[in-house]
Amino acid sequence: MTYLTKSPWIVHYDCSSCNGCDIEVLAALTPVYDVERFGIINTGNPKHADIFLVTGSVNEQNKPVLKNIYEQIPEPKVVVAIGICATSGGIFRECYNVQGGIDKVIPVDVYVPGCAARPESIIDGVVTALGILAKKRQAMQEGGSTTPAKAGEGR
Amino acid sequence: MIPDLTVRVGAALLYIILAPLVGGLVVGIDRKVTARMQGRVGPPVLQPFYDVLKLFEKENLVVATAQNYYVLSYLVFMAVAGALFFSGGDMLLVIFAFTLSHIFLVLGAYNSFSPYSHIGAERELIQIIAYEPMIILTAVGMYMVTKTFYVGEIATSTIPIIMYLPGIFIGYLIVLTIKLRKSPFDLSTSHHAHQEIVKGVTTDFTGPNLAIIEISHWYEYVFLLGVVYLFFAFNPFIAIAAIIVAYFVEILIDNTTSRVKWQLTLRTAWIIAGTLCLVNLGVLYYLQGVLTL
Ligand code: SF4
Repeated sequence: MTYLTKSPWIVHYDCSSCNGCDIEVLAALTPVYDVERFGIINTGNPKHADIFLVTGSVNEQNKPVLKNIYEQIPEPKVVVAIGICATSGGIFRECYNVQGGIDKVIPVDVYVPGCAARPESIIDGVVTALGILAKKRQAMQEGGSTTPAKAGEGR
Repeated sequence: MIPDLTVRVGAALLYIILAPLVGGLVVGIDRKVTARMQGRVGPPVLQPFYDVLKLFEKENLVVATAQNYYVLSYLVFMAVAGALFFSGGDMLLVIFAFTLSHIFLVLGAYNSFSPYSHIGAERELIQIIAYEPMIILTAVGMYMVTKTFYVGEIATSTIPIIMYLPGIFIGYLIVLTIKLRKSPFDLSTSHHAHQEIVKGVTTDFTGPNLAIIEISHWYEYVFLLGVVYLFFAFNPFIAIAAIIVAYFVEILIDNTTSRVKWQLTLRTAWIIAGTLCLVNLGVLYYLQGVLTL
């Protein structure tokens, strides 16, 4: 039994997204979807977060920022890539400065494709992430690290 | 009359065990009512407990190890302040322990390197400056009416304190907004999503440390509402009703105002609440002969 699934706190980072996905993430907080029903809180602080929501593709400028935020989140943690940009680079994939999806820099647990991803599928993605979070907590109790240290590095 | 030792120790122990439960429940109801005011369903009433239990399951990332001790001191002194209060101890000693516990929180926040944490700590200090005189004046006012600083005697006195101290009560409600970290005075940290300094004083506390801070808040809530009780101590039913109404008003203010700058916080606390308190005390002083207190 873990309480992680009853109170997942989220930190959201806009990694050069077009803002379409960000608006959908914020829409999930409005009275229509009201994710606080599930105890989900959008904290602005990675040190308080359990779930890392990333929108947009990663480029040279924000690569260190993305990594930094990821490392500041205490274990156990999960990463959810929101939108096709965060998943694979999307329409920005071919740009000279774009590296691709965020899994080039940090390990991703759940991909929520869509352009823009709908609030329903974002919530679904977060719920899927909760299951992974619970498993990671169990792995943590049994000892050992829960996340591959350098996933996707140098690809 | 001061109750005997066993009663006092019993009351202190009861407070230490029950206050986190009551405080957590108050916060849960607060979040539910807030959500309803915003047209949302809101989290379950037990959500604050889930949050704290979850935080204990998380990794404790500390920037400086001293943080752990500051956070622990915050909890211990907050619990001591409340325990002294509920065991009928000296009000001045209670206020002293209460202030000290906040100083530990500020020190803990200063212990990190995050600028957000530092701004939060500075604002927490400003808040302490803002509410401290009012809390002391509340004790002074109660002394003038009941001729004692002992909470046990104030709580059992039959004098309707509120009739003599309406100004001080309003002043206390104003600083209560600051103390409950509610808008418009949620400068140093806030329970809401709107936040321009990340999470202020609590920015650099993770997992278990954050949980301890949260539990300390619950202790604090119960203590602060206990002071509201004292104003109406002549009738427990009116007192409980007063606590509920006061808390509801705080939630309403929280949801209808936006955050102000620290200068305005200080001015409101000192000029408006301070004037109310001092005028109240002055009138009381001049009427002392007439009222035969
Ligand atoms: S997936 Fe579409 S909406 Fe989302 S950030 Fe990319 S381009 Fe914008």
